[in-house]
Amino acid sequence: MHLPWRWLLTITCAVSCSQAQANGWNMPVGVTDLSRDIYNLHMTIFWICVVIGLIVFGAMFYSLYRYRHAKGAKPANFHENTTVEVLWTAIPILILIGMAVPATATLKKMYDTSDADLDVMIIGQQWRWRYEYLGEDVAFNSNMSTPWEQIHGEEEHGEHYLLDVDEPLVLPINRKVRFLMTADDVIHSWWVPELAVKQDTIPGFINENWVKINEPGIYRGQCAELCGVNHGFMPVVVHAMEEEEFDSWLAERKEAQEQEAMGVDREWELDDLMARGESVYRAICSSCHQSEGQGALPAFPALANNQPMIDDFDWHLDVVINGVSGAAMPAFRSTLNPVELAAVVTYTRNAWGNDTGDVVQPALVAEKIAQ
Amino acid sequence: MAPKLPPQHPLQHSSTVVADGQSHDAHSAHPKGVMRWLLTTNHKEIGSLYLIFSLIMFFIGGIFALVVRAELFQPGLQLVEPEFFNQMTTMHGLIMVFAAVMPAFTGLANWMIPLQIGAPDMALPRLNNFSFWLLPVAFTLLLSTLLMPGGGPNFGWTFYAPLSTTYAPPSTTFFILALHIAGISSILGAINIVATILNMRAPGMRMMDMPLFVWTWLITAFLLIAVMPVLAGLITMMLMDINFGTSFFDAAGGGDPVLFQHLFWFFGHPEVYIMILPAFGIVSAIIPTFARKPLFGYASMVYATAAIALLSFLVWAHHMFVVGLPLAAELFFMYSTMLIAVPTGVKVFNWVTTLFRGSISFESPMLFALAFVVLFTIGGFSGLMLAIAPADFQYHDTYFVVAHFHYVLVPGAIFAIMAGVYYWLPKWTGHYPNEKLAQCHFWCSIIGVNLTFFPMHFAGLAGMPRRIPDYALQFADFNMLSSIGAFFFGVSQLIFVLVVVLCVRGGKKAPAKAWEGAEDLEWSVPSPAPLHTFETPPVFNRTQSSD
Repeated sequence: MHLPWRWLLTITCAVSCSQAQANGWNMPVGVTDLSRDIYNLHMTIFWICVVIGLIVFGAMFYSLYRYRHAKGAKPANFHENTTVEVLWTAIPILILIGMAVPATATLKKMYDTSDADLDVMIIGQQWRWRYEYLGEDVAFNSNMSTPWEQIHGEEEHGEHYLLDVDEPLVLPINRKVRFLMTADDVIHSWWVPELAVKQDTIPGFINENWVKINEPGIYRGQCAELCGVNHGFMPVVVHAMEEEEFDSWLAERKEAQEQEAMGVDREWELDDLMARGESVYRAICSSCHQSEGQGALPAFPALANNQPMIDDFDWHLDVVINGVSGAAMPAFRSTLNPVELAAVVTYTRNAWGNDTGDVVQPALVAEKIAQ
Repeated sequence: MAPKLPPQHPLQHSSTVVADGQSHDAHSAHPKGVMRWLLTTNHKEIGSLYLIFSLIMFFIGGIFALVVRAELFQPGLQLVEPEFFNQMTTMHGLIMVFAAVMPAFTGLANWMIPLQIGAPDMALPRLNNFSFWLLPVAFTLLLSTLLMPGGGPNFGWTFYAPLSTTYAPPSTTFFILALHIAGISSILGAINIVATILNMRAPGMRMMDMPLFVWTWLITAFLLIAVMPVLAGLITMMLMDINFGTSFFDAAGGGDPVLFQHLFWFFGHPEVYIMILPAFGIVSAIIPTFARKPLFGYASMVYATAAIALLSFLVWAHHMFVVGLPLAAELFFMYSTMLIAVPTGVKVFNWVTTLFRGSISFESPMLFALAFVVLFTIGGFSGLMLAIAPADFQYHDTYFVVAHFHYVLVPGAIFAIMAGVYYWLPKWTGHYPNEKLAQCHFWCSIIGVNLTFFPMHFAGLAGMPRRIPDYALQFADFNMLSSIGAFFFGVSQLIFVLVVVLCVRGGKKAPAKAWEGAEDLEWSVPSPAPLHTFETPPVFNRTQSSD
């Protein structure tokens, strides 16, 4: 009894998994109840269109073939028929009503964000996603991890070319997760086809959406709203886990974040800050200021040999923490923690021949932020 | 009360009645060379100017599209950087919409509306000259932004704020000015068309006797007058945000980025119909001609056009299904959008029924018109799918949308324009276009257009977002096909230029009634149509009309 049952489960799982994966030609069925509803709606309307198309084009090509001038067809002279005209106005209306009923039902379900088990804030930024688990003190940035060498053809394309991130959004399966979505700069759009969630993240607005994932797995998507030069390099990766696995992940994350917060108070060495700073710089800063700090004018000034920046330490720190009003430089006060801020400022003051020798302590940064 | 009239200008039309087709010695005062074209107030010359301008812009916009397609030929960045890629997608859209498709229809309107209603010229000839000459100014300015520091517009042809305001390149102010000038040109052109149609029809021609091209343009002109000022208001608000410290669209200053989209699409959706209604008119002229049978359901065609135009003001937010509209708004805009399928369906059924029991021949204008019916309908089907709001959460901003609107605009609007050009070239030049070359152009175009745009449906459904310079590996095959198709289609359009040039220079002579089944008034004047026609109004004979 035990064995066949397991076999059955495996086979069902395999079939539904292969169905759930994008087959490359059509919309994926997805891994939520709603994504299935949407897929079914899509296919229903597709087939209705196919049938109408066959009838209309059938009649058209029949006429084109049957009534050829070259075969001596004599034209009729009719040009009106009220019955027919009323019919082909009324029948489409009925078909449309038939489509609107299930569409309305699905839409109502999509809009029901009540009774969520977990709230996740999704913040779009040029050009990364920031995820905050509300009430859990866990927050992190998710940057594309595909190296630029692959994009520029200097290396082979990896398996998940352009669709890999340094830290995916981790979600539990079988729990209703509500997304609260906003943006810091321009409009972005958070989209994962297999979850059938696409929602614009808009500065000044908080949009809501929700998901309840049925199957564990890794689901990939992209930013869907043109958001500037690196719009194509802003993937979304969701890692859906079993509930217990998720709970322990969340606890670990929380602890790590607490550890990090404690790091603010200790004295850091230049080398440690440089190493940390380099990774922050690569993930956050290099998409604008470029990998060697050479910048990209006119919007993104060079950091290497930037004399005003080198000369004025306070201004440099202030720009990184608070951003530049009216320019492309955002405030990183809430995106990066004091350790990361201190590290990246230290790094930019010492890399690429800037060599100021300055060591910025996280405690100083924390103090500045508190002001 | 009567204003003092200015002294008569040498350019003003002579009142001498000259029989059609005779030489016009009375007009020997015409300036020669460039000044002739700069100062012309003749609807036929201005019509030709519009058409030539739009053809040039079609190629410029096409080259931009080919830069995009070349970059997308393979995954990875090979030819251009993302920054320039974004400028190309933006400029391609802006040029094709505002400088290629719209002026082409205005050119056809200039040439054909007076001829089809038996008027000697447009109602406001000097305004007509002004509307045209604004366009080269506007688009020279727009194209020059590509050479400015920081590059040209890079925020998509829909230029959503705040990407197009706070985060825009410095050239955006010039982009706004260019769009203002193009908008003034459109409004003036539309006013002229309305004035002409309402006031200058041949005696005896009722509104319901007008050819459908005239009807669709009348309705289009009202749409233009209604929505171009909305666009002007919108870009003025952008101008204020960029240069004068206001915060209409800046959330940090209490503004509302979604307001931008509401205003844009309140203009933008009627704009979409501005680009397709005149195409309906052209196809409604060509299909009866080559089926040798009157258009089926003339009256319902007029009502359907008016219904589409009215509905176009009530559907704008279907472009915004994922911005977080309330449920009630989603439902309203979903239902109203689905409703558009009804009058559009009526049109397609009427065309097909016109073919039924006709006597059909397949000259090049007819081929393009038939391709229009089939491929526009396919674009209509994908439009219906996009109208279903829950499914649109998956389709929105993907290549499925790109496929949809290119199906209604390329084998839709542009095929109709080409059908119209082949149809009326004998009237304009006195020669038939070279049919072999025209057919070759047709078959190349139809293969190219489907190869380019059909795979985009699949890429979009499989998850490829639009406006990205590089894509994940699973989209590679579709993109390679699209790129091959795009280059094939682009090169094929050179055949079109060849056919037109050859036709202007010579070819088989065309009689006044160049097509056996053609019925409208333009076929009663000689081919080529003399510079001045209908100086004495024709007597309109009701059996000539299509009903």
